[in-house]
Amino acid sequence: MKPAWRSGNLLIGGTITALILAMALVSLVWTPYPPTKIDIIHKLADPSAAHWLGTDPFGRDVFSMIMAGARSSLSVALIAVLVGAGLGVPLGALASARGGWVDNLVMRSTDLAFAFPALLTAVMITALAGPGAGNAMLAIGIFNIPVFARVTRGAALAVRELDFVMAARATGHGEFAIMLRHVLPNISAVLLVQVTIQFALAIIADAGLAYVGLGTQPPFPSWGRMLNDAQTYIFKAPLLAVFPGAAITTAVLGLNLLGDGLRDLLDPRLSRSR
Amino acid sequence: MKGFVIRRLVGLFLTLLAASLVVFAVLQILPGDPATLMLDTSARPDTLAALRKQLGLDQPAWWRYLLWIGGLLRGDFGVSYTYSVPVSELIAQRVQVTVPLAIMSICLSTSIAIPVGVLAAARRGRAADAAVMGVAQFGVALPNFWLGILLILVFAVAYPVLPAGGFAGWEKGFWPAFRCLILPAFALALPQAAILSRVTRSAVLETLGQDYVRTAHAKGLSGIAALWRHAVPNALIPVVTIIGLQFSFLLAGTVIIENVFTLPGLGRLVFQAIAQRDLIVVQDLVVLLAGSVILVNFLVDLAYLGLDPRISREGAR
Repeated sequence: MKPAWRSGNLLIGGTITALILAMALVSLVWTPYPPTKIDIIHKLADPSAAHWLGTDPFGRDVFSMIMAGARSSLSVALIAVLVGAGLGVPLGALASARGGWVDNLVMRSTDLAFAFPALLTAVMITALAGPGAGNAMLAIGIFNIPVFARVTRGAALAVRELDFVMAARATGHGEFAIMLRHVLPNISAVLLVQVTIQFALAIIADAGLAYVGLGTQPPFPSWGRMLNDAQTYIFKAPLLAVFPGAAITTAVLGLNLLGDGLRDLLDPRLSRSR
Repeated sequence: MKGFVIRRLVGLFLTLLAASLVVFAVLQILPGDPATLMLDTSARPDTLAALRKQLGLDQPAWWRYLLWIGGLLRGDFGVSYTYSVPVSELIAQRVQVTVPLAIMSICLSTSIAIPVGVLAAARRGRAADAAVMGVAQFGVALPNFWLGILLILVFAVAYPVLPAGGFAGWEKGFWPAFRCLILPAFALALPQAAILSRVTRSAVLETLGQDYVRTAHAKGLSGIAALWRHAVPNALIPVVTIIGLQFSFLLAGTVIIENVFTLPGLGRLVFQAIAQRDLIVVQDLVVLLAGSVILVNFLVDLAYLGLDPRISREGAR
């Protein structure tokens, strides 16, 4: 019943994600030019064989900066998602297992967290605590906690009703063991899909913070910062504003497609295409 | 029904109170002393102490919180440290940019997404559906601030029909101010519309499979009439939920978009206030924004009552 145009999601999304990841990893050992090298003679060059995507107002090679930007973007997003999942999943699991006031406390806290527009609060935190990649990771990560707590709780509650959990309880397994050995493995598909969604959102949030000057600090390149710099030269060199944004969109698109593909593969009931 | 609304209102108030406490606590913990920043690091200690006293910063934190929250309850937002004018005045100026922008964006995204989503659902699996969903998949991935820059590139640089940024002010008439908000509104609305059209599509697909739609067909209603009279109205609940949730993203989005288009709105005020450690303005703004998110979600819950009478009966129990 699946429409044909959907079946390629996993493949396309996986390929894009792998390419972005590869770009970030390769930038550790090789970029066409050092991404921070200033070469004022060749400033604002058009794309050419020597500079595939041209150069910026300081003569830095745009392609090298995009490669290095992938590294900073992916590392901020990765840590942010790890923080969110690392704290959110145990909280959600705890809420589902204990019920009662613990559940209530966790759920009301997530309600409260959702009342704050996430990016706005991330702006506040990074601006006050000091701009930089580290604080950006934390600020984005904090808002991933309630998301993972909710998803984990919801999925865990459904699984805990199933017969094999009853059986495990009947054979004398403790709540903790049941959670670890029976519930979490069974909701890992849902969590994995959520990870790809949050990863994509974190990349956008990171770029937003960097755009307003609160994320990864120069001279280290970041996609958001590059967009901000490009806006100053929008009349002279419009292409400079296109490439970093295309990089962000491609990375997010890849992760979203990967998430959709995983969802279709792992849990057909959740499939959006039905 | 009445009990449901009252319970929700009490919950709303408590959430808001908790939100104000969190904001206040976070601002106390994070570094940055307003007095030091207003003078400068070379200021003499007794000058600093005098300024702190003048700003009320020498009082203990719990007392300052009570003063602040007491003022808020009476509608008094306090006085800005840096501008020495009531914060309500600052906010009143900035609201004239942010609120019209937010309303324009919501109207735009809704009026694009609902017809498009319904169309995709009605043409499920065909070329129109594939095209719409393909574009939506792309739109979801588009960061609004990049879309804003692209719109500037096309409509302000290549074909200069709209301003690249700045705000003319409403006092010079409707159109000069309105046209400054067109590009920002599209930048905010299009990615939201992409998400909303996907939600609309799957919600309509769900109701199209229900018995009452089959009944409508059976009693001779045409496909289009059955779609719009029965399938779409019943699909509105998830759609309204998402519109409510998007409001929060929209507010956060304006913070960045106002920077892209140099609009003097609430988002830019937040930035300036943070940079100047004008903490009272930051506190007020964050609570105001969180409050409006809470309020919108409350209104969404109320809208459910209108859309689905079953909910009020459950709530009354």
